Amino acid sequence: MNYSTGEIWLIIAIMAVGTFAIRFSFLGLIGNRPMPPLVLRLLRYTPVAVLPGMVAPLVLWPAATGGQLDMVRILSAVAAMIVAYRSKKVVWGMAAGAIVFYAGLWATGQL
Amino acid sequence: MTSATTKSAFWNGLRDGLPFIFVVVPFATLFGVVALDAGLTLAQTIGFTVLVIAGAAQFAAVQLMLDNAAIGFVLLAALAVNLRMAMYSAALVPYLGSAPIWQRALISYLNFDQSYVTSIAKYEAEPDMSVPNRVSYFLGVSTAIAPLWVVATIVGALIGKAIPDALALDFILPIAFLSLVAPMLRSVAHVAAAMVSVIVSLLLISLPSGSGLLVAAFCAMVAGVVVETWMEGRSA
Repeated sequence: MNYSTGEIWLIIAIMAVGTFAIRFSFLGLIGNRPMPPLVLRLLRYTPVAVLPGMVAPLVLWPAATGGQLDMVRILSAVAAMIVAYRSKKVVWGMAAGAIVFYAGLWATGQL
Repeated sequence: MTSATTKSAFWNGLRDGLPFIFVVVPFATLFGVVALDAGLTLAQTIGFTVLVIAGAAQFAAVQLMLDNAAIGFVLLAALAVNLRMAMYSAALVPYLGSAPIWQRALISYLNFDQSYVTSIAKYEAEPDMSVPNRVSYFLGVSTAIAPLWVVATIVGALIGKAIPDALALDFILPIAFLSLVAPMLRSVAHVAAAMVSVIVSLLLISLPSGSGLLVAAFCAMVAGVVVETWMEGRSA
């Protein structure tokens, strides 16, 4: 890494301000003013629109296997989703996913 | 009476945030290891974690700094990773828009994937929740996560490479996010949005740092509304 101390702090400072600005953007500036109904309808889908797309490459092409499909990771992702969906409890989904994942790694000699 | 219920909202949030310890500790520890390994000082590593408080963007920045990328490019790429949080910010407006500005600023600082999704799931499940209780709940979830995020980063920076790669802790993150999102798939429209999100993000995987995800998320929201409208039309 060839940055000076000042440059590194500059990167940190601008990232801090920029990230806060992104997070504060709508919540801070719109506040109590009404938003158009169509925008509200679109925003209701935010969590299910962002997280699956964020996670899909991590499940299908994990860096840990050099991007190779891995049945253990796929099965553990499926287990987490099914258990979380049925129980409506995040913590049970995580537990199920972790158990399948580590049992699978152990069974395939990766642990 | 009001203060008693906001207090219990805080504790409920704290309780609902606790499972994320299993995500935050390995992820933050890893950031500490990677950042120090890359050549940042302990103070810079702590600065990153406290001031930016956004895991994925911090990893992206350090990765690019390792390659000695131009400062402008480091900033642009790392901030692009965080742009999804503008969507989170907008999605919180209907629930928290009337809270005092300092509370909205505090929540903005603490608005990351886990705190956002856990809170929005609660707000959707309990539409009668008062605004002060929503604020307390959000702060409760964040309190379970944010201090630990900082502490675990410092631990990682101090103990370095003592954590074996074989534990594959990186996969706890996808497991946690899928467990978060699965209970939210409560209509055909939500399932359609999730599927569009997956397909478009995989198709656009080669686009730089999170920009494919933004396009995927927008397509998914539109898909959700289109399917919702279509279902309403059919049942009417």
